[in-house]
Amino acid sequence: MAGFVLVAVIFLVRLLYMQVITKQYQLSARDIALRRVVEYPARGRIYDRDHELLVYNDAVYDLMVIPRQVKNIDTAKFCRLLQISKSFFIRQMKKAKHYSYYKPSIFLKQLSKKDKGPIEEIMYEFPGFYFQTRTLRHYPYPVAAQLLGNVGEVTPGDLKRDHYYRPGDYIGKSGLEWFYEKELRGKKGSRLVEVDVHNNVKGSFQNGKYDTLAVAGADLTLSLDEKLQAYGQLLMKNKKGAIVAIQPKTGQILAFVSSPTYDPNLLVGRKRSENYNKLLHDSLKPLMDRACSATYPPGSTFKPIQALIALQDRVITAKTLFTNQGFQSKPIPTDAPFSPVDLKEAITFSDNVYFWKTFRRILNNPQFPNVHAAYVNWYNKVKSFGFGQVFNTDIPYDQPGNIPSKHYFNKLYHGSWNALTVRSLSIGQGEILVTPVQIANEAAIMANRGYYIAPHFIKSIGKDDTLPARFTKKHYVAVQNPLYYRQVIEGMKDVFDSSLGTAHLYHLDSIPQAGKTGTAQNPHGKDHSLFIEFAPVKNPRIAIAVVVENAGYGAAWAAPIASLMVEKYLRGYTKRPKLEKRIINGDLIHNQKNRKP
Amino acid sequence: MSKRDNFWGQIDWITVFLFLALVVYGWMSIYSASETSLSAPIFDFSKRYGKQLLWIGMGLFLAFIILLIDAKFFSSFAYIFYFLVMLSLIAVLVFGKTVAGSRSWFQISGFALQPAEFAKFATALALAKYLSKLQTDMHRLKTKMIAFVIIALPALLILMQNDTGSAMVYLAFILVLYREGLSGWILVVGIILSVLFIITIKFGELYVGMGIVAIALLLLALFRVFRRQWKVWLTGLLVSLAFVSVVDFSFQHILEPHQRVRIQIMLGMKQDPHGAGYNVNQAKIAIGSGGLTGKGYLKGMLTHNHFVPEQSTDFIFCTVGEERGFIGSALLVLLFLALLVRIVMLAERQRSAFSRIYGYAVASLLFFHFTVNIAMTMGLFPVVGIPLPFFSYGGSSLWGFTILLFIFIKQDANRMNVLY
Repeated sequence: MAGFVLVAVIFLVRLLYMQVITKQYQLSARDIALRRVVEYPARGRIYDRDHELLVYNDAVYDLMVIPRQVKNIDTAKFCRLLQISKSFFIRQMKKAKHYSYYKPSIFLKQLSKKDKGPIEEIMYEFPGFYFQTRTLRHYPYPVAAQLLGNVGEVTPGDLKRDHYYRPGDYIGKSGLEWFYEKELRGKKGSRLVEVDVHNNVKGSFQNGKYDTLAVAGADLTLSLDEKLQAYGQLLMKNKKGAIVAIQPKTGQILAFVSSPTYDPNLLVGRKRSENYNKLLHDSLKPLMDRACSATYPPGSTFKPIQALIALQDRVITAKTLFTNQGFQSKPIPTDAPFSPVDLKEAITFSDNVYFWKTFRRILNNPQFPNVHAAYVNWYNKVKSFGFGQVFNTDIPYDQPGNIPSKHYFNKLYHGSWNALTVRSLSIGQGEILVTPVQIANEAAIMANRGYYIAPHFIKSIGKDDTLPARFTKKHYVAVQNPLYYRQVIEGMKDVFDSSLGTAHLYHLDSIPQAGKTGTAQNPHGKDHSLFIEFAPVKNPRIAIAVVVENAGYGAAWAAPIASLMVEKYLRGYTKRPKLEKRIINGDLIHNQKNRKP
Repeated sequence: MSKRDNFWGQIDWITVFLFLALVVYGWMSIYSASETSLSAPIFDFSKRYGKQLLWIGMGLFLAFIILLIDAKFFSSFAYIFYFLVMLSLIAVLVFGKTVAGSRSWFQISGFALQPAEFAKFATALALAKYLSKLQTDMHRLKTKMIAFVIIALPALLILMQNDTGSAMVYLAFILVLYREGLSGWILVVGIILSVLFIITIKFGELYVGMGIVAIALLLLALFRVFRRQWKVWLTGLLVSLAFVSVVDFSFQHILEPHQRVRIQIMLGMKQDPHGAGYNVNQAKIAIGSGGLTGKGYLKGMLTHNHFVPEQSTDFIFCTVGEERGFIGSALLVLLFLALLVRIVMLAERQRSAFSRIYGYAVASLLFFHFTVNIAMTMGLFPVVGIPLPFFSYGGSSLWGFTILLFIFIKQDANRMNVLY
C-alpha cells in the first residue's frame, strides 16, 4: 500500500512541476497549436472627382512558410504543383530560415486564385506552409501613373523607420500612394488562431480574445478629372512634357499629365521589378512626374508677372509705349510686328524688347536706393506668386524651381551687377526655373485676379472632406489692384482674339480664353514650347499650363494642347477634329523632323 | 444480522462509487477528445463517445449479472475461465485481425474484441484458485513453478500477438506472489537489475561496471556484515557484472528497434520530437499546458486539434491534464489511489484465501496499468501501449476491468458466507 501512495505522490509532484511550476509546456503548446495570422486591411481605394474608381484592390495569395513546421514533405510534388524549380525551393527555404526559424516568411509571392488551385486542396500534406490573402493594386483606367504612384514591398529602410511594417508588407512607393500611405494603409489586425496537427486553421483562440480587427484604409477622393486626364495623356502622346490644369477657385488639380507615361498596371504583381527596371532605365524617364518634378525656364509665360509687378511699382502704365529700337535691346530679339507697342500689344505679340525695357525700369526704380534693393523688391513680389518654393500640399516630389536671389548674383558677379547683367530674367530666361504646376498656378492667379489656393489633389479622405488649412488658405499675391489684372488680361485675351496674337489660331468663339505663349530656350536642345491659359475669362473654371519639351514655339504645340484641354473640360467634347488629330498624331520623340506644325 | 440478509447492503458501495466516478470522468474525457462542441448528440454511435456509452451500458449490465451470480461460481469455474481464455488467445493468433502490428483482435461484425483484456481476470481467478489451495506453499519450488506457468502462459501468448505492453501487465502478478509469501529478494533483485539495465544503457558498460566494483569495495571496507557473508556478496557482484556486460547486447539485439528508441527517448538520450518521441512530446505538452485549473472542458486546443495521437485510448490522461489542469489530474490520481487502497483494504478483510488473493490480483493489475499508463504519458516511462483502466476508450478494456473488479466486489459482498 505504501507503494501505491509512493507512486501517487510521484505523479502528483511530477504533475505539479509540469503543470504549475514550469511554464515551458504552456509556451510549447502555444507554439505548436497557435498561429498569429496578420489580417491585412484593404488598402484605401482612390476615386476621381466624379467618383470614378481609379485604383482598387485585387486579391492575391502569398504562400507563407514557417520553417520550423516544415517536415517530411514531398518536395518534388510541392515544386511541381507550384511550378517552381527545386533550386528555387531550396533558395527560398534558406532565405526564410535566415529570417526566422519560427516566424512566417513569404515563400512565394502573389499567386492568383488559379495558381494556388492545384495545391490548395492538399495543403495538409505540406505542414509549415499556408496561404495568406493579400491585395494588389489595380487600375481600371491607365491614367496618371506617376501621380498615383505605385505600391511595393517594404525595404529594410522602411522597416527601420516605421515598426508598423513587417518584411513582405506593402507600402506606397511613390506618388500619392506614397504621400497618403498612412491614410491608405489602414491598420493591420492580428488574429490568434488555433491550428490542428495538419496545420489547418480551426478558428479563433479563446473566441478572439487576443485578436485585433483590421481597419480598412481610407478611400481617397481626388480632385482629378479622369476624362480630362486621359484626354491630356492622349494629346501628349509621343511628346515629352506636362500638363497641369487647376480649378482656380479651389486650387484643386483637374489634370496632372506627365509624358511619356506608362500603364500603372505594369508596376503591379510579380512582373513589377522587371518592369520597374525597364522604366527606370528608359532614356525618356517615364517614371519622372514632369508636372511637379521637372523645372523649365518659363520663357514668355513669365511676362504677365513682369507686367503686373511693373504696374504695381508704377514704373509703367498700360499706356506706356516702348519702341523696339535702342542699343540695350540688342541682346533681346523682338517679335513685334510694329513699333512702338503698348503693354497689351506687348503681351499679345510677346514682345521681348518691351519686357526688357519694363524690367529695366523695375530694377532702376528711383524709389529704391539702388538696383540691388529694387531687385529684392522684385524678387519678393515674384515669390508671392508661388515661384521658387514648394506648395507644401500633397503634390508628391514638388520641386521649388528657382528664382535667383540677390546673393546669388552678388556672388556670381562679385557684387557688381545691374539690370543689363540680369536682363535674361526679363523674358523668363536665365536662372529662372519653374515647374509646370507653378505656371498653372500663375494662370490660376490671373484667373482669380490676385490670389491662389495652393494646388492640391485631395478632396476627401474617407468621409472626411474637411481639409487642413494649408489646402484651403487663400494666398494673396503682391499685386492686388483689379485694374492691373484687367489690363494684363486684356493682352492675354488678345493672344487668342487678336489676329496678331500668338495663339489666335486657337481662338474659340464660344469660349473666351486668355493665355500666354512661352518659348523657352534651353541649353539641351530645341526650345521648349510653353503655354498658360485660363477660361472662361469671366468666372474662370480652369487654369492650365502646358509644357512640351523641345517642341519649338509655344504657339506650335503647347497652346493648341492647352486650348483643346480647356474646350474639352468646359464643353465635354471638342469641335476641332483636325487640330486634335494633328496634335495626337504629332510625334516629337521618334520622328525628329515632324516638330513644326 | 439484517445486513447479511440484504443483498445490496453487502456490496461495498465505496468501491462501486469510485468505479462509477472513474467511468464517468473517463467518458467525459473521451467525449472531449472526440468532439469539440457541447451540442453534439451524445448517442451518436458513429463517434467514439457514443460507442463508449454503449460499452459502459453493457459493462454495467455485466457488472449487475456478476453481482447476481453465486460467488462460488467464479472460484469453481476459475480454471474453466482460464482454459477458455487461453483458447481464445490461441485462436486470435490464427483468426485475429492485425491492428497496428498486433494480431490481437477478433473482428465480429463491426466490433473488435481483444481477448487479452479478458485474460487478466481469468489469470487472476486461476492464480487465486491455485494459490488458495490448502496444500500450496510459496516456499516450495513446485508451487512457484506452477504459479509462474499460470502467469507466463497468457503473457507468452500475448507476446506472440506482438502486443508487448499487454504482456508486460502480467508482471503485476509478481506483487500478488510477493503478498502470498514469495521472497522479497526476487523483487529486490528485479528492481536492482532494472536499475542496472537502465543506467548501463545510459552511461555505458564500462562506467557502470567500475561503479559496481567501487561500491562493492566501499561496502566491504566499511561494513562488517559484508565481510562476514562475503561469498553471497561476491556472487551478487559477479552476477551484476555479468548482467551489465550483456545489457548492451540484449538491448541491441533482443529488443525491437522501436522499443530501443522509446527507452532512449525516455532516458533523454535521443531527441526525436517528430518521430518516435512525437507522442510523448505532444502528450507532455498537452498535460503541462493545462496549468493549475486547466483550459476548461472542451477547450483543450491540443486535444481538439489532434496534436496527441491515441488521445482517447492510451493517452486519454492528456485530455484531463490539458483541460482540467493540475486539479483535475490530481483528482484522477487520487481517485485511483482511493480505489487501490480500498481494494487492498477489502482484500485484507477477506476470510477466504481465494478472495484475498484475487483482490490482490485486482489491485496489482490496476496499479500496474495506472502506473505505467500515467508515467508513460508524462514521459517517465517508455511508451507502452496499455490503457488507463475504466478511463480509456475501448469496449474490451472496459469490460475486462469491469468484470475483474465486480467479481471481487461480489466475492467481498459474500465474505460473511464463507466458512473457514
